[in-house]
Amino acid sequence: MSDGGATYLLDAGEVRRSVTRIAHERNKGAAAVVLIGIAARGDDLARRLAAEIERIEGPPAVPVGTLDITFYRDDIGLRAEAPEVHETQIPFDISGRAVVLVDDVLFTGRTIRAALDALVDFGRPQSIQLAVLVDRGHRELPIRPDYVGKNVPTRRDEDVAVLLVETDGEDGVVVREREGKPA
Amino acid sequence: MNKHLLSITQLSREDVTRILDTAESFREVGSRVIKKVPALRGRTVVNLFYENSTRTRISFELAAKRLSADVINFSTSGSSVSKGESLKDTALTLEAMGADAIVIRHSSSGAPYTLSKWVEASVLNAGDGTHEHPTQALLDLFTIREHFPAFDGLNVAIAGDVRHSRVARSLTLALTKMGGNVTLVGPPTLIPPEAVGWGAAISHELDDVLPKLDVCYMLRVQRERQRLQFFPSVREYSRLYGLSRPRVDALPDHAIVMHPGPMNRGVEIASDVADLPRAVITDQVTNGIAVRMSLLYLILGGEGARAEAGAGVEAGHA
Amino acid sequence: MPSRVLFRGARVVDPAQGRDEVLDVLVEDEQIAEVGSGLAAGRADVVEAGGLVLAPGLVDLHAHLREPGFEHKETVETGTRAAAAGGYTAVCAMPNTDPVADNAAVIAEVRNLADKAGLCDVHPAGAITRGLAGEELTDMGELVEAGVRLFTDDGNCVGSSRLMRLALEYASQFDVVISQHAQDAELSEGWQMHEGHYSAMLGLTGVPPEAEEIVVARDIALARLTGGRIHVTHVSTARSVELAREAKERGVRLTADVTPHHLSLLDEDLIGYDTNLRVNPPLRSAEHRDALRTALVDGVVDAVATDHAPHAPEEKEREFDLSPPGTTGLETALAVVVTDLVDPGILSLPHALARMSTAPARILGLQDQGGPIDVGAAANLVVIDPEESWVAGERPFRSAAANSAFLGKRLRGRVVHTMLRGSFTVRDGEPTR
Repeated sequence: MSDGGATYLLDAGEVRRSVTRIAHERNKGAAAVVLIGIAARGDDLARRLAAEIERIEGPPAVPVGTLDITFYRDDIGLRAEAPEVHETQIPFDISGRAVVLVDDVLFTGRTIRAALDALVDFGRPQSIQLAVLVDRGHRELPIRPDYVGKNVPTRRDEDVAVLLVETDGEDGVVVREREGKPA
Repeated sequence: MNKHLLSITQLSREDVTRILDTAESFREVGSRVIKKVPALRGRTVVNLFYENSTRTRISFELAAKRLSADVINFSTSGSSVSKGESLKDTALTLEAMGADAIVIRHSSSGAPYTLSKWVEASVLNAGDGTHEHPTQALLDLFTIREHFPAFDGLNVAIAGDVRHSRVARSLTLALTKMGGNVTLVGPPTLIPPEAVGWGAAISHELDDVLPKLDVCYMLRVQRERQRLQFFPSVREYSRLYGLSRPRVDALPDHAIVMHPGPMNRGVEIASDVADLPRAVITDQVTNGIAVRMSLLYLILGGEGARAEAGAGVEAGHA
Repeated sequence: MPSRVLFRGARVVDPAQGRDEVLDVLVEDEQIAEVGSGLAAGRADVVEAGGLVLAPGLVDLHAHLREPGFEHKETVETGTRAAAAGGYTAVCAMPNTDPVADNAAVIAEVRNLADKAGLCDVHPAGAITRGLAGEELTDMGELVEAGVRLFTDDGNCVGSSRLMRLALEYASQFDVVISQHAQDAELSEGWQMHEGHYSAMLGLTGVPPEAEEIVVARDIALARLTGGRIHVTHVSTARSVELAREAKERGVRLTADVTPHHLSLLDEDLIGYDTNLRVNPPLRSAEHRDALRTALVDGVVDAVATDHAPHAPEEKEREFDLSPPGTTGLETALAVVVTDLVDPGILSLPHALARMSTAPARILGLQDQGGPIDVGAAANLVVIDPEESWVAGERPFRSAAANSAFLGKRLRGRVVHTMLRGSFTVRDGEPTR
């Protein structure tokens, strides 16, 4: 199905089922976990995951934090404008905890590299794992996810975007040709 | 964002909002244990301070360091700025050292513009003569935003020696740009009538203005202006235009009191007034670091449009 | 063998005679030998001047040649070369040199330097007060004998009313001009630009027009009292011009000059803090500029004078408030007047040339300058291409200094030839020495 140039890779139902499956997989490890979502959209996903985990296991709620990694990016100064900044809120100590980083799309791996550098400035976690809704391949760094919603092969010149009800009014994963090229 | 920050007139409303929003994130960084992020790693920021100002220089220095930039301090109190070396030669030296940004404070109005003609680096105006002090205005806006949800329709009085105040000029331009109402208060000798061209109203009666204010901003009055007879005596000035305790009580309950520092306690502001909770002067200082981090990040974090020194300076409309 | 030059087919503009027609002009040795149509060339060096304007050489009432004492800014040689390039055949050199031109020896030295350079006649002005200190009158009689025709303390204003009265009174026996740089010292203290909207925006200390007008009003009163000749140099405000108009109507012996930059530029142009636009008196708002233009057109302001004020690069390439005021002007004056006044139809070219040549020559009492272009007159001429367009500073200035307020501006009107007493000082746009 497509939407004027964009193609849906996952529809709303598939997105929700992916979140649920990650929550189940995650529960196979027993340690108390904290979820840290990478802004933006990673944090909405982290909150959904936390809600799913609580639904499956019951209270207590899993702590959720938001991490903005803009200041740790490796491409500051290379684009026309400085990259836009989002909120960071980690209202708990991460030292000694099992952290699961949550992001919407895993692509080159640079965002995760930045997130790892940011996290170690907050403390010394016992372990860090990675959960992503979509892995679209084309890694440029040695980063691998621990939990994946769906593996979706893409071309480098395509844009993959995750839509979430919380921010976009609908759930879905769409792929578009990069601006300027014919659909 | 423009490559330089020379004047508030170079910023659009959207730019100002962006600077303040980004400063929120840097305020959060300032609350972490590790108050440093690697965003400007490898960049060199030079503090070129021809006027002594420990407070502003330290604020910029901390801002740059917390962004992981390297900082060089050129100040007249040290021996770095040698007597007789022209601004141009100093500029060329800094350029040769690979400065990415030069923060300049100078007693000559327009010095940052002149400097920007000789260097490739971004130039940030930390106060030039009696012209502008853009970063002070921005941190003042940031502080105001902590107490009020919007700038539109906000009633602000700026009282004191407006004529010689770079803070007054920048703040008036910034507030009117964001939709605020500014009244400049002081004796006629200290308020140029042309200031209405900045978008402000003028009043010579502080007591008339107080009951309607959201923000009462007091400017520092320099005693040497009295020597030059801009006002007859400090006593008279204080009586007519000082923010005394009774005057503070005439302010609405929600109103805040601000001052760019350093204060002349007992002259423009009574000592006990300066210590009231509604006097947010120390917050202004704290916020200075976050706002300056935001500016350095936004200016150096992008390639930056190639901008000429005079570009963006409008004829006086905020 | 007499040297002969025939200018063929030029539009001869001769304000002294009110002439404006296409003619040939024959110059023999130092004088004009014949003026008419279809003149025979004979052995003359023929200069085709079709489409060009031939006028009396320009005369500048106010230029700073800086020598002796400030040779790092300009010398008499480089200054007169700039003058010739700008179409000038006579320049009145200001006395704020070091030593000050308050004695006959300095006057003689400046004159000698000019004669040696041979590029333009220089008539040095004498100081009104010794050392320009504003306290004691100079030996005006001795200076007049040395050839001085205009006295001024320019740079400084004679502040003492008593002394100004005495200067006008004493000078009236010599029929020379007392030229005043009108600026009330205390009112203008610390000034950096015109007081107005832009000074408030730029954070620069403003000087109000009243600082000039107060002195102009006072000097008019003193001129009326004494019957002396008062000249208001570089007049810059609307009310100064009004005062001048009234004074002339009342028979006061007043003359005035205005600079090209005050006829062209505004205080608003100081956005960006370009030090080349820092001048004294400062550039003002449109209201004042328009009043100056009107006054030049109707003759209340008699002449255009450059106030050519060269400075060394390191003096101008610095903070605005630390750089000395002044712009060069000899090489751009004519073009600015053509571009900003003649082309838009505000002033006709013959009137412009009258203001830049004939009128200043009369004020200085120079018989051999400013026309008429007639048999027997000294051949002090300029040939102009009023159409040619050029950018100021694109080719290096002839002046030693490059601090032009018009740097980078496109101007119309170019000097093709300048002739000083029958010899070319500029030929085909190039100085001959």
